[in-house]
Formats: sequence, C-alpha cells, structure tokens
Amino acid sequence: MIDRLSKKSARLAPVLVLALVAASCGGEQPAEEPEAEPTGGAFSMSICEPESLIPQIGAETCGSQVMNALFTPLIEFDPLTDEVIFAVAESITSDDNVNWTVNLRDGWTFHDGTPVTAQSFVDAWNWAAFGPNGAGNNYFFGPAGTNIVGYDDLNPEKGKPDAEELAGLQVVDDLTFTVELAAPFSEFPITVGYNAFYPLPESFYDDTDAFNEAPVGNGPYMMDGSWEHDIGVNVVRYEGYPGTPGNADAIEFRIYADLDVAYRDVQAGELDIADVPDAQIESGRAEFGDRFIESASSSFTYIGLPLYQEEFQDPELRKALSMAIDRQAIISAVFFDTLTPADDMASPVVQGYREGACSYCVFDPDAAKEMFDAAGGYDGTLTIWFNNDGGHETWIEAVSNQWRQNLGVESEFESAPFADYLGRLDQGIDDDPGTEGVTGPFRLGWVMDYPSMQNYIENLHGTGAGSNYTTYSNEEFDDLLAQGKSAGSLEEAISFYQQADDLILEDMPIIPMWFGLNQSVTTERVDNVIIDKFSFVDAALVEVAAE
Amino acid sequence: MGRFIARRLLQAIPVFFGATFIVFTMVYAIPGDPIRALNGERPISASAQQALRDRYNLDDTLLVQYGKYVGGIFRGDFGETFRGRPVAEILKEKFPVTARLALGAFIFEVILGLIAGILAGLRRGSFLDNLVLVSTTVVVAIPVFVLGFVAQLVFGLQLRLLPIAGIQHGWVSYVLPSMVLGSLALVYIARLTRTSLVENLRSDYIRTAEAKGLSRPRVVGRHALRNSLIPVVTYMGVDFGTLMGGAIITEGIFNIPGIGREVFLAIQSQEGAVVVGVVTAGILIFILMNMIVDVLYAVLDPRIRLA
Repeated sequence: MIDRLSKKSARLAPVLVLALVAASCGGEQPAEEPEAEPTGGAFSMSICEPESLIPQIGAETCGSQVMNALFTPLIEFDPLTDEVIFAVAESITSDDNVNWTVNLRDGWTFHDGTPVTAQSFVDAWNWAAFGPNGAGNNYFFGPAGTNIVGYDDLNPEKGKPDAEELAGLQVVDDLTFTVELAAPFSEFPITVGYNAFYPLPESFYDDTDAFNEAPVGNGPYMMDGSWEHDIGVNVVRYEGYPGTPGNADAIEFRIYADLDVAYRDVQAGELDIADVPDAQIESGRAEFGDRFIESASSSFTYIGLPLYQEEFQDPELRKALSMAIDRQAIISAVFFDTLTPADDMASPVVQGYREGACSYCVFDPDAAKEMFDAAGGYDGTLTIWFNNDGGHETWIEAVSNQWRQNLGVESEFESAPFADYLGRLDQGIDDDPGTEGVTGPFRLGWVMDYPSMQNYIENLHGTGAGSNYTTYSNEEFDDLLAQGKSAGSLEEAISFYQQADDLILEDMPIIPMWFGLNQSVTTERVDNVIIDKFSFVDAALVEVAAE
Repeated sequence: MGRFIARRLLQAIPVFFGATFIVFTMVYAIPGDPIRALNGERPISASAQQALRDRYNLDDTLLVQYGKYVGGIFRGDFGETFRGRPVAEILKEKFPVTARLALGAFIFEVILGLIAGILAGLRRGSFLDNLVLVSTTVVVAIPVFVLGFVAQLVFGLQLRLLPIAGIQHGWVSYVLPSMVLGSLALVYIARLTRTSLVENLRSDYIRTAEAKGLSRPRVVGRHALRNSLIPVVTYMGVDFGTLMGGAIITEGIFNIPGIGREVFLAIQSQEGAVVVGVVTAGILIFILMNMIVDVLYAVLDPRIRLA
C-alpha cells in the first residue's frame, strides 16, 4: 500500500517550481523566463469512446477528459492541492449563501472568436436545466445539486414545463450575472467547476448535433477536425487563450475499446499515456519505474444496506457485517494492493476527511460475531446484489466468504447489467418494497462531482437524495447538512459536515469498502503528467520532451 | 440465370422480415431501462426521461415500434442511438473498416489455404503433407485471442515490425489482425482442399485424363481442381459472410473500430437500434453471398444446373 502523503510531497516539489515560474511569468517578461513558454510537441493519450462532447450532457470520464481541454469553467481546481483557481470568473460572492453574484473576467473568447459573456453561461445553464432537452447533467441545477430557483418549473413530473428559463438566473450585464438558490449553500462556488456549468457559444443552439461532433469551447485547446467516432479526437492549442497556454501544440485523444490494448500500445511506444489495467499493476510498476504514475482518486466503493427491509433495521447488525470484512485482505488478493481500505464516509481527497473515523470499518471478527449474535443474527441466506458488467464478481464472493467464516451466515448472489440493476434499486425504494426490488446488501460506487465532503455524504444519505438507495433518513443529519451548507466559512461548514458524518458512522447505513487510486503509465516522450482527483490527466500541463 | 436470381431475391424478403423481427423482439425484450442507464448512478429528472422516451418511441407497444422502424428503413433511416447519432451514419463508418479487415483476412486465408491444401493434396503422405496437417491442427487448437495476443507480443512489442492497435497507419494496420482473423478459416480451407483433391485425384475421370496423355498440370489444373474446389467455395462464401458480420474478438484485441466491436458495445449499452441495424445489414450481405456462391457452383461444375 503506498504512503500517499510522502508520494504527494515528493511530486509537489517540481510542480511548485513550475507553478511559481508560471505564476511569475503571466506573459509579462517572457524573455527572462523561458520555462513559461509552451514546450510544444504533440502527444497521444487513451480514452474510451465518449458518450457525448456536449458538456451539459456528458457525465462520463472519457468525454470529460476531452472537454476539460476544450473548455474552461468559472473556477478550476489545482490538480495537486485542490485549491480553487478563479478562471473565467473573477469572483463569486454572496452575503447570505442564497443570492450569488458572479463577476466574469474580460477577454475570454470562444474558439470561433465570439466573446464569453454572462449570457453564454446563463443560456447554457438554462438549456441544461430544461427537462425536455434530456441533458444528462440536468439534475445539477435541481435539489440534488445546486438547487437554483425555478428548477421545478422546468422539470415537472408530468406534461410540458411552464418555463424555459430558470427564474433564479439573471444576467446583469455582459460580465455579471446573479444566481438565486432555493436553499443556502455555502460551497456553491466550488460546484460550478463541473461540466454542467461550462459556457456555450451561440453556435451551439443552431445545431446541437453538429456541435457534438466538433465542440467550440473556450479552453486552452480547440478541435482539429471533428470527432472521429471510435478512432479519436484531435485538438490543437488555441492561440487566443487568455490563461496559461497549454504546453503541447497538439493532443491526440485516441479511442480504445479495451484498456489492455491501450496499455500494450504504450509498451510498444505507439501511445504516450494510458491507464493501467488491474492485472498489470505489479508488472507495470517494475517495467515502467518512474513512468508509472500513481495518485489518489476520488472514487469510493461501498456496500449499501436496504433499510426498508426489516432484517437490516438494527444498526448493530449492520456494524457487525462491516466489522466482519477484512478489507485489506481482499485488496491484496483481488486488487494487487491498488486500493486503500475505506475508513470514513468521505474520500481522503476532500477536506474534512478524518483518518480512521470509521471505527466499525476495522476488521474485528470476534467483536463482529458477538454483535451479530446479540442483534439476533440473520435468518436464512443473505442475498448480495451487484451489477455483473463491472468485474465485481471476485471481490463480492470474497466478502461473502468472510461473512460465512466470521459470522456463520450464508449468501447467495443476484446480479444484473447496470441498467437493470439501477432499476431494481429504484424499485426497492419505491413505496411498495419487496416487488422485485433489491432485498439485500448491494454494491455501489461514488466519484465526487466537486471536492467537498458534502458531495459524498449528502447524495448518499440525505433524506430522498438522488443516490440514496438505502432510504436512510435522519432529521438530525439533514439539519447538520443544511447548517453546513449555510455556514459562513469553510471551517464552520466542515465541522458541521463532520458532525453529520459522525451520525452516519454510528448508524452505518452503508459499509464503506475502499477508496480508489489512479494509475497510469507513460512513454519517455512525455513529462509532467499529473492525474487529478477526478482521475483526469491535466492535458494542458503535459510536456513533450524535445525530440 | 436471370430467373434464378429473381427467385432468390423473392425468397430473401420473408427471410429479411422474419430475421429482423426476431432480433428486434429479442433486443427490446431485454429487461432494464436504457434511458435510466444513460445517466449511470446519477439521478435524471422525470421530464428529461420522458422527453427521451418519446423521442425513441419506447412507450409504444413492440409491434408499433417495429412498424415504425421498418418504415424508417425504407426511407434510409435506421433510427438513432440513444445519444442521438443516426445509426445509418455508424454503419457507413464501421462497415468499410470491417470490409477491409474481412478482405484482408479473406485474401490471406484463400491464398495460403489453397496453396497449402493443393501442395499437400498433390504430395499426399510426403513431409510437406504431414507438415501441413500438423501445423493446421496446432493453429485450430489455439483460441483466436491467444493467437492475437501472441502476435501482438511478438510482431508488435518485441520485433516492432507491425502496429498492434488502431487503424491510423493505413493498410499496414490491417496486416496483423487480418492474419489472426484468417488463421482459423485458413486451416479449414487447406484441409478441405487437400482432402477434396486427394479424393478427386483417385477418381476414374482423372485416370482417363492421364491415360489420354494429358500433362500433369493440365490434369490437375483443368480437371481435378475445378471439382475439388466445390466444397471449398461453399465454405469460402459462408466464411466471407461471417467475416463481414464482424470479428468481435479480433477487433477488440487490435482496437479496430469495426462493426463487430460496435455490436458488442451496443448490446452492452442496450442500443437496440444499432444491434438491429447491423443485423439487418448482415442479413442482406449473407443473402447476397449465398447467391454468389450458388452461381459459382454452376461455373465450376457444369453438372450442377441452376434449378
């Protein structure tokens, strides 16, 4: 298991130097600081076939990796420190955490030359929030996300919406717009770094399908040609970019259907950057040496428990189930030590995470058995649910073995392809449970939308929240979250979130399993390959070594 | 000849409708809501879902959906994927890639297979014959994905002779995948040719030809070979049809964006329109190939009349 802290500080040093140099340069004295000039060259990296290149639609990593190069949002996150960097936005301020004023910087343009204005943002957000547009990131504007006033009018349960624009969005002038939220949310500024909030040029609304094939963004790179489906997307540096220019002249995002093939292509020297398949981690580490890059990702895997089933309503039983699992053993045996056991309900990559906070995540088979028996045990056979298209069979079986060994309870399995699986989870939490819904422990994962503890705990455990499949509902928890969201400072917010975290750590509606790691390999041609917490390569920072 | 073709085309119509309807039903009978799966583990608002369901006729009954789909085909509209891409466009992009791969494999297997089979058949019992028999057994025993990986390892990584993935290097990219893809069929062609040739060389009419004093090349080339090739041509026709259907495994290993891989991914993400579209096109190709094979029979063997 890697020691994340020492790896982080070791890699921080060269980047800090680069950041200092880049910061001091700012285009004022290029002659004296040549390192700030883009290094040039072209490189290639692997992606899978994107579902969409329209930021308001695409939510998966493949398309997002490309869109990160093509667009720049209001705010960005430093890939190593997660500090907020104001990009297109000059400031996002509020007195009451409800009414926000967004001031934009001047001089930002889209790749077609048109200016990036407040209208560019407001129109894009309205388009995404409008239900009938079927945008995948629509929910970011509703109660499960930023909760902008007027969302419900654009997304009625039945029938056509009354309005086409969010009442809570108002354009003040070319460089200013206001946002009114339906409930206070102190961390609103950091949520707007996500795809859903990218600006769109006017050309988008004329032909969204054509835009999808060749998006026109405002980022450091622009499209070179169109999206060649299943083959690749090529981009070149946008010379009119007001921010730090991308280092490479051109990037080829090559599309692979199979991770293994991309990895072999890096070995053959045909591809510059690729992820590492689980089975190759050991050999890859040895073969690639310092070109094997590992960093913390925000992914979080857990086993949820259906609280609508009577058997799982006793917290002592749930704690016992959790303590009977030896996470490290599974990670070593099944995952070649590529993951870290979960010890909190939020990932270590967000502020507020506390190491070892989950006392019931510690493996203690004796205590588990005691607690299990005291709670009355489990009658009959457990049914463990998971989606069968994610390669989870092995570790789920390992968990069931441990439950049999340590608690004496047998399990059987139910699995389905992901689409069906989600449907079953939904049916389970509908008003009439037991109708083919999920009836036992179920596997799910979470990747953060923005770096905040709230994103982990509210979406999974808030009453009626979008990804709350356990049906956990705790008024005190919801209150603490609301207090955190309307807190005056980040420290205050975090203390509320941690108190809320303590509640769910005591109630254990889910069994946290592990946190993920990013692993990639590169050829010698590229340098400064940094993978951020969202598991994206910061393409603009990659340097191509001089030939 | 003309009547034969016309009758075959008429027979093709019920085959076409029957097969497409079966595939359509199977695809849309898969449980699970593809619209729900589009968003993964994230929520999707009710009106956004409804808009998508309307667009793809998902709330209609199966027969109505099928009817709308077939109506669309006659207008050249094979429907859209759930991401809004016209399936016809996908077919237009992917089929040529698969066609090139299929052609490469076909040329490789036919040329090498025929040569090996003919040489083995002519020199039955010789070292060459035994070599062909043993090597074909070995090749057929190895699963295609093992062959693919080994080929990548040896030719791509160690010898750095050929590209191992993608199609960006032009026709060179197709060399390795074609060889791997054609390897199995090569075995069948070689053995079929050999056995067929051996059998024919012992027949009466060949003895007559030799007794008449015809030269060996003429005996073999003009008489024995033509008859021997009948079973081989049958197999080649079927094989080409299969190749055009897309080689999922080979395309996956070598990252070739062909129709096989496309269908595999479409099945996983329940893109019904793509699956049905590909199968429909595949059916048409198969019907065509079978017709060509039948016509070739008559060319090869005048005893076979086109009934």
